[in-house]
Amino acid sequence: MPAPIITLDRVDKRFPNGLLALQAVSLGVAPGEFVALLGPSGCGKSTVLRLVAGLEPPSAGHIAAPALQARADAPTAFVFQEPTLMPWASVYDNVWLPLRLAGMSSAEADDRVTRALAGVGLADFQQAYPGELSGGMKMRVSIARALVTRPQVLLMDEPFAALDEITRQRLNADLLASWQAAELAVLFVTHSVFESVFLSQRVLVMSARPGRIVAEVAIPEPYPRSAAFRTSRPYLDACNELSRALEAAHADVPT
Amino acid sequence: MIQRCLPALTLIGLLLAWELLVRLGRIPHYTLPAPSLVLATLWQNFGSLAGSWWFTLKITFGALLLACAGGVLIAAVFALSRRIETALFPVAVVLQVTPIVAIAPLILIYVPSTTAALLLCTWIVAFFPILSNTVIGLRAAEPNLRELFRLYRATPWQRLRFLLVPSALPYFIAGLKISGGLSLIGAVTAEMVAGAAGRETGLASRILEASFRTETPKMFAALLLLVMTGVLIFWSFNALSRVLLGRWHATEQQRAD
Repeated sequence: MPAPIITLDRVDKRFPNGLLALQAVSLGVAPGEFVALLGPSGCGKSTVLRLVAGLEPPSAGHIAAPALQARADAPTAFVFQEPTLMPWASVYDNVWLPLRLAGMSSAEADDRVTRALAGVGLADFQQAYPGELSGGMKMRVSIARALVTRPQVLLMDEPFAALDEITRQRLNADLLASWQAAELAVLFVTHSVFESVFLSQRVLVMSARPGRIVAEVAIPEPYPRSAAFRTSRPYLDACNELSRALEAAHADVPT
Repeated sequence: MIQRCLPALTLIGLLLAWELLVRLGRIPHYTLPAPSLVLATLWQNFGSLAGSWWFTLKITFGALLLACAGGVLIAAVFALSRRIETALFPVAVVLQVTPIVAIAPLILIYVPSTTAALLLCTWIVAFFPILSNTVIGLRAAEPNLRELFRLYRATPWQRLRFLLVPSALPYFIAGLKISGGLSLIGAVTAEMVAGAAGRETGLASRILEASFRTETPKMFAALLLLVMTGVLIFWSFNALSRVLLGRWHATEQQRAD
């Protein structure tokens, strides 16, 4: 097992209003690993991502994400639940943004921007504006923007939650293709048992208030995973196991 | 097609009705001049009116330019510091709510140059919509986009250029549309109060003069120039808004649904 690229060691997060959002959360993500963080809304999954990205400091414990600090041109790549695009800029300019902020001119960045857009199937939409795209296409732009810096770590915060099932399955498959093409560790937050099993090598189950990691399920199925995987025995078994773990973790929580 | 011609047709219809009313009702021209007479008067007096028009235009656009500069500058300071905003916003409100007609005489006393006094009065009327809209606009950037810029370690200058300015632009344009109209109103109001005669005076002075001499057609001619100026301002800012926001902002999107 190589040294983890993200480590959380007994991390607490207490918000200014006194709410304890996370309690003693420990986890590690290895380079190139795909890990899902599964839990219901409000359990603190997104807070874990925000702490890893450095958007908020932890209240206690230790976070190490060496890759994030090491390379200035490959900082944290973060995909929000919303596409979070600049509506006034073309698709091309939106994807160029991270490189532009790092000081790369259009000419220097062109090759990478074009390839990132081709990688998510939007080569023909470079000059379109976000308002002219569907929800799924906007999310593809958001993913292209995240990957254009060639990050070693990708943090995703329920990126497909607002999409319809067909679009979501397509984007899941394409995300796995992008992940396999790059040497990329992904920490993927979701509330969908099915999504977590289809995508990841390991699923961490979180309980709510305060958020803790209560179970860990390995999905040792090889990649590439086709649509047939969704109806296979190991897939269904993993889904069952995770559903039970979620159930157990939230038995005492009113919904 | 008919939809597009509708405004022009309405206008022509109204003018015709006015012309007929005056002619058939034999209304004397010092009470209500017919549109044809107004146009003729404008043609005959264009030489003397043009100078006044130019003066009013200078005040209007000079003040509007200063209102843009001042409004945006003050808005930027407010956006940087809540404390300064809290301290100074009441002053801006006081300036805004005081009727310009009421303080113009004071300003005319305090400011030695009439032109400068007129500019100041007009500026007071015009700057507030730009200020308040730009303040809101500079704070309107989407929180997730702000965090994205933080993640990518944007410098303050990059944040301003790539995030805050584009976010604030629709708000600024909305303020500009209001201020454009207001600056003309402010300029004419201030001129009315100043009431000066002589060469360096605007259309408001022409209207006052004509009114003293009961030259009603000339009043209408000057009025026509003012209306045309106002419409021109309105049109050009709408066009500017379409050019700057047309492709992406909801206010300029024309959808069938």
